[in-house]
Amino acid sequence: MIKVTIDNIEIEVAEGTTIMNAARQVGGKIVPPAMCYYTSLKGSGGKCRACLVKVAQGSAKDPRPMPKLVASCCTNAQDGMVVQNITSPDVVEARRGIVEMLLVNHPLDCPICDQAGECELQNFAFDHGLEKTRSDFHRREFDPIDIGPHIKLHMTRCILCYRCTMVADQLTEERVHGILWRGEKSEISTYIQKAVENDFSGNMIDVCPVGALTDRHFRFRNRVWYLNPMDAHRDCKKCSGKVVLWLRGEEVYRVTGRKDEVGEVKEFICNECRWDHFDVKDWKVEGPREMEKWSVITANKYSDEAVELPDELYSKLNNEKWNEFEGVT
Amino acid sequence: MSKKILLDKINIEGIKSFDVYRANGGYASVEKALKMAPNDVIEEVKKSGLRGRGGAGFPTGMKWSFLDKKSGRPKYLVCNADESEPGTFKDRYLMEFIPHLLIEGMIVSSFALEANLSFIYVRGEFRWIIKILEQAIAEAKRAGFLGKNILGTGYDLELVVQTGAGAYICGEETALLESLEGKRGLPRIKPPFPAVVGLYGMPTVVNNVESIAVVPWIVLNSGEEYAKVGTAKSAGTKLISACGNINKPGVYEIELGLPVEEFIFSEEYCGGIANGKRMKAVVAGGSSVPILPTELILKTAAGENRLMSYESLSDGGFATGTMLGSGGFIVYDEDQCIVRNTWNFARFYHHESCGQCSPCREGTGWMERILHSIENGHGKMSDIDLLWDVQRKIEGNTICPLGDAAAWPVASAIRHFREEFEWHVMEPKECMNRNYGLREKSIMSIA
Amino acid sequence: MLAVKSGKQVEFSPAAMDRAREIISRYPDGKQKSALLPLLHLVQDEFGNWLSVDSMDYIARLLHIQPIEVYEVATFYSMYNMQPVGRFLLEICHTGPCEIRGAEELISTLQNKLLIKVGETSADGMFTLKRVECLAACGYAPMLQCGMHYHEFLDSEEKIDRLLNDLRSKATQNN
Ligand SMILES: Cc1cc2nc3c(=O)[nH]c(=O)nc-3n(C[C@H](O)[C@H](O)[C@H](O)COP(=O)(O)O)c2cc1C
Ligand code: SF4
Ligand code: SF4
Ligand code: SF4
Ligand code: FES
Repeated sequence: MIKVTIDNIEIEVAEGTTIMNAARQVGGKIVPPAMCYYTSLKGSGGKCRACLVKVAQGSAKDPRPMPKLVASCCTNAQDGMVVQNITSPDVVEARRGIVEMLLVNHPLDCPICDQAGECELQNFAFDHGLEKTRSDFHRREFDPIDIGPHIKLHMTRCILCYRCTMVADQLTEERVHGILWRGEKSEISTYIQKAVENDFSGNMIDVCPVGALTDRHFRFRNRVWYLNPMDAHRDCKKCSGKVVLWLRGEEVYRVTGRKDEVGEVKEFICNECRWDHFDVKDWKVEGPREMEKWSVITANKYSDEAVELPDELYSKLNNEKWNEFEGVT
Repeated sequence: MSKKILLDKINIEGIKSFDVYRANGGYASVEKALKMAPNDVIEEVKKSGLRGRGGAGFPTGMKWSFLDKKSGRPKYLVCNADESEPGTFKDRYLMEFIPHLLIEGMIVSSFALEANLSFIYVRGEFRWIIKILEQAIAEAKRAGFLGKNILGTGYDLELVVQTGAGAYICGEETALLESLEGKRGLPRIKPPFPAVVGLYGMPTVVNNVESIAVVPWIVLNSGEEYAKVGTAKSAGTKLISACGNINKPGVYEIELGLPVEEFIFSEEYCGGIANGKRMKAVVAGGSSVPILPTELILKTAAGENRLMSYESLSDGGFATGTMLGSGGFIVYDEDQCIVRNTWNFARFYHHESCGQCSPCREGTGWMERILHSIENGHGKMSDIDLLWDVQRKIEGNTICPLGDAAAWPVASAIRHFREEFEWHVMEPKECMNRNYGLREKSIMSIA
Repeated sequence: MLAVKSGKQVEFSPAAMDRAREIISRYPDGKQKSALLPLLHLVQDEFGNWLSVDSMDYIARLLHIQPIEVYEVATFYSMYNMQPVGRFLLEICHTGPCEIRGAEELISTLQNKLLIKVGETSADGMFTLKRVECLAACGYAPMLQCGMHYHEFLDSEEKIDRLLNDLRSKATQNN
């Protein structure tokens, strides 16, 4: 075990633990935000730079500070390391910069975005008091496309965290989903619009931190904050069968994996659980899901006034009809 | 004439061919090195004080000694011949006109590092150079300097020329390794460093062409002899590729420590500013390093003569100094527009960003757009401060140094030429008339 | 989106296939994906200097990798043309050092002579103009690349005319 100090809190963690995971063991405000790191996805992290922290003391052996801010998700803690997260003005400043960068090409159309209410970018921006960027140049735009019968891709909203490509690579066979082009022009694509179809592809929706990959069955049907999330399970041969049902009354609006307190799904679910069982009777409901602090709903950050579209629009829509409302986005 | 180490034989008729090269003492270092212990070759390079010629200037011998030889896994040497830093065209010169020097260096270096398969990663555009190198390799192989059991010593080495395909970022060593593995050139997160986890996950050393090409001389003449050339902190000679508004653009081998003024104005090197103009600014080590105005490139802030060496060029830090970098030396005369040039470089980094991390992917595009609007006469005074702020938010916060490389030219241009930016904002018409600002024809032609 | 299918059955000629095998054999066992970049160059050399979806799928089969892995790589590197190009692709460097020695003048002259803009192909299918970043020819500016060769010091109309004429006559000789 090694000792690390993060924002003046000393903890003991196993050797080889990253600064991020050490902070997560403590929890609360000292946990750096993560827009790309995802524990269960190998090779994730390092890209968004949201989790930058200051290392004021490298280790007990070599107490020199690190010359630059480091990505806490991919830097191992050392014995005697002293880390500053929110206690460092440099870190706070750099993170504001990261939010602003992520918004340079982001539409911020939260009122009409299906992710609103459970969006990591929205939370991240909110936490840093930034609603928009100072860039007033034209943003990159893409038409939304369907990647298969279940998933919609809104490339315009993608922050290129690469998580979905890792799901495609690590959870599914014969990856067809990937990242094309380079730099600011990079885009998520299946190139010739091949359908992404296999048992675990739905998890790409759950790992996507923003509203870039959304559930075609759920789009516009409702707002997450009007729904009651319930833990439920069923016997499933392909996966653990442990899910969250998003209910209004007895009606199942959508099925997702269970996100933990840092917003990560630990047990990925199969597409059958996600899309073939919209009847509550198929499920054994365990009880209401505790909404974690990561959600803007519980933090009361998102008010109904921000919703510009009439409620009827969401409730009136059903699975078959959503296509007609394509124009909205 | 000053000391020549790399280019001393460049004018010999036919030196491109194996036979002429060999007849003039070529490959002698292989004969010598293969009788030594590999680690003794590394020691010699350490003693030479050689610093990497690719840009960062990291001591080569030290890099070699970090290579994980203990684990017994295969080791690789990869030569970085991606040469894409604007202003830099020296490696190309070496490979085109004296290719066997690089091959000889690769053999000796591979032996020192105990590698049995080594790569030369050449930027894809150098198509004729790839042919030249492949031919040189074939010749060396035929003469028994490559392949199995080299010179009967039991040492085996295969040398592969790998082609890039147009991506500046693949000059960054970990992106280069990704590319060599047949992937997108996305820089890896360090640590682990290539010396431990490199090509195919194996211990790997990546070195610039020039760094490797100098190894034969060091082996033949000893590290001590090399260290005697140049200055105490900048041993040896360096290839400088000079371009811009000078009379004699080209590749020159200089002894480190040469006064900058002599390099620019003497007939032996750049031959002064073209068309009788005055000099305005210099980018001394490739587009990534800070631009300096005439007074600061010729003399340090303390009033001493600026020399062509790592320590003298960086004297004063970024406030008043710059870097030797890759040796891409770009000279600007009084007619050149700094804002325009800064925009041009910003466009370059925007185009070349791999897009992996958000500050660089988004920030490079943002900087380009702000600069474009200032250059076009649509800028506001506040844009200059915004630009400063954006570059500051990129620098130091990215995965690889391309982010820094994009930020530094912008920062230094504002630092040293702020009035010119302000002038563009206040007098856009005047700028356009003076050929500053984007000229009509180039606006039309922007694709 | 680049759903451009060539519609042709793609297959290397025997000579190209030999070369492909030789390239693939250079890498350690199991690391054949390293051949991807060189093989995509070979495809461009063999099939009209661009990469169709069919040809990329062909390479994927040859290397036993997923097509998306080929698309990802092909679109990352600027030397791979994802659309058909003319007989001669003129790639003009427009980065700083070339720019201060007249790259924009070279580009506008070419545009005027060929009556096309950058990114377009001349009506006779002979020339395509493309802007590229630094080609490491900064001291020999302005310049452009065409196939195997760098054409440097293109600082007068006369030199540009000569180059275009040379290329045109090369085309007729080879036909
Ligand atoms: C964006 C970027 C581009 C680079 N391009 C090159 C290059 O073209 N050639 C080169 O030798 N080094 C280049 N480098 C430096 C390499 O990463 C590496 O430091 C170098 O090849 C090491 O060799 P050396 O120690 O012999 O200099 C580049 C670095 C960065 C960050
Ligand atoms: S992805 Fe998030 S930040 Fe973006 S529009 Fe949707 S809810 Fe808003
Ligand atoms: S689509 Fe979502 S998960 Fe995929 S890279 Fe974009 S933001 Fe990340
Ligand atoms: S700094 Fe730029 S080039 Fe380097 S990894 Fe990040 S996005 Fe890629
Ligand atoms: S979470 Fe660490 S860089 Fe994205």
